[in-house]
Amino acid sequence: MPPRSLAQDPDPAVRSAVRTSVSVSVATGLYGVSFGALSVAAGLDVPQTMALSLLMFSGGSQFAAVGVVGAGGAVGAVVATAGLLGARNGLYGVQVAPLLGASGWRRLLAAHLTIDESTAVATAQPTPAATRAGFWWTGAGVFVLWNAFSLLGALLGDALGDPRRYGLDAAAGAAFLALLWPRLSGDDRRVTRTVRVVAVAAAVLALALTPVAPAGVPVLAAAALAVVVGSLDGGEGGGAPGRRAGAGPAPVVTP
Amino acid sequence: MSRVAVWWAVLAASAVVLATKVAGHLVPRTLLQRPRVVRTAALVTAALLAALVAVQTATTDGALVLDARVAALVVAAVALLLRAPFVLVVLLAAATAALLRWLGVP
Repeated sequence: MPPRSLAQDPDPAVRSAVRTSVSVSVATGLYGVSFGALSVAAGLDVPQTMALSLLMFSGGSQFAAVGVVGAGGAVGAVVATAGLLGARNGLYGVQVAPLLGASGWRRLLAAHLTIDESTAVATAQPTPAATRAGFWWTGAGVFVLWNAFSLLGALLGDALGDPRRYGLDAAAGAAFLALLWPRLSGDDRRVTRTVRVVAVAAAVLALALTPVAPAGVPVLAAAALAVVVGSLDGGEGGGAPGRRAGAGPAPVVTP
Repeated sequence: MSRVAVWWAVLAASAVVLATKVAGHLVPRTLLQRPRVVRTAALVTAALLAALVAVQTATTDGALVLDARVAALVVAAVALLLRAPFVLVVLLAAATAALLRWLGVP
């Protein structure tokens, strides 16, 4: 038994942050099963699947990497797609680094644990102590459970055999839709509309390019489209469509 | 892709994603927290996910294909509208496609 469990921390804000962290970790960790199963269905083996969960540790990028591998994309397309989807983690880092004040190896560990969920829980807390508790408990909790359930999913997927028979190929599209879904709504109607239009255009562009471009390229073309729209869409110059003071990107936790 | 090529893809992509996370913790705040950068990053994420939905659902080996996956995606969208959790959405989609194929739909 630990000398004093954090769940019994005298600070009620910290206790609440830890409770939130645990429920988010369990919910997120569980869908590691679908990642593991989809990964082996896409042709990766169990060690490769686990390397992604341990080293990449970013759900969207991991699903994208195995999706591009499964579609027959080249190494460059896998790296570019996963890398671009992981770009938002860099922006989350900018947001949470000053809140955590970590240095040395703890800073490196904090960086690795900087994902949608840990950022969302951390930035939702009312006090600095609760923010740190929320970040570390969610980051560590998701890491442990995500990896455990990835392994379970990979072993299950390996045992199942032909992925089409169990509809696993259809599950991949559903997984991406579930990751996309919460990003299609938001407080700012103008921003939300732009996101929706870009999402539809991206899907159409990717389908149109599929018969004529090498595997992996249609998805990257969709990203390029978003970069063009993002840089042209002037909007309200200095005032970011902010949620809170010093607004950074809003992390989105999947349902 | 060969097994070795998949390993290269896995390790290189992981290195890029991890490097991005570390960079976020090291670069000065002002460099990345511009409204345009934040907005563009959100759009890129949505565009990539939408393109992946389309490619995973309606293409096979470089050709447009309509099969049981489309019906599965519709079921997934309905489940999301009803606020089903991620795992249930994915399971329902897989079950739909598996059932349709068992019934003889390609």
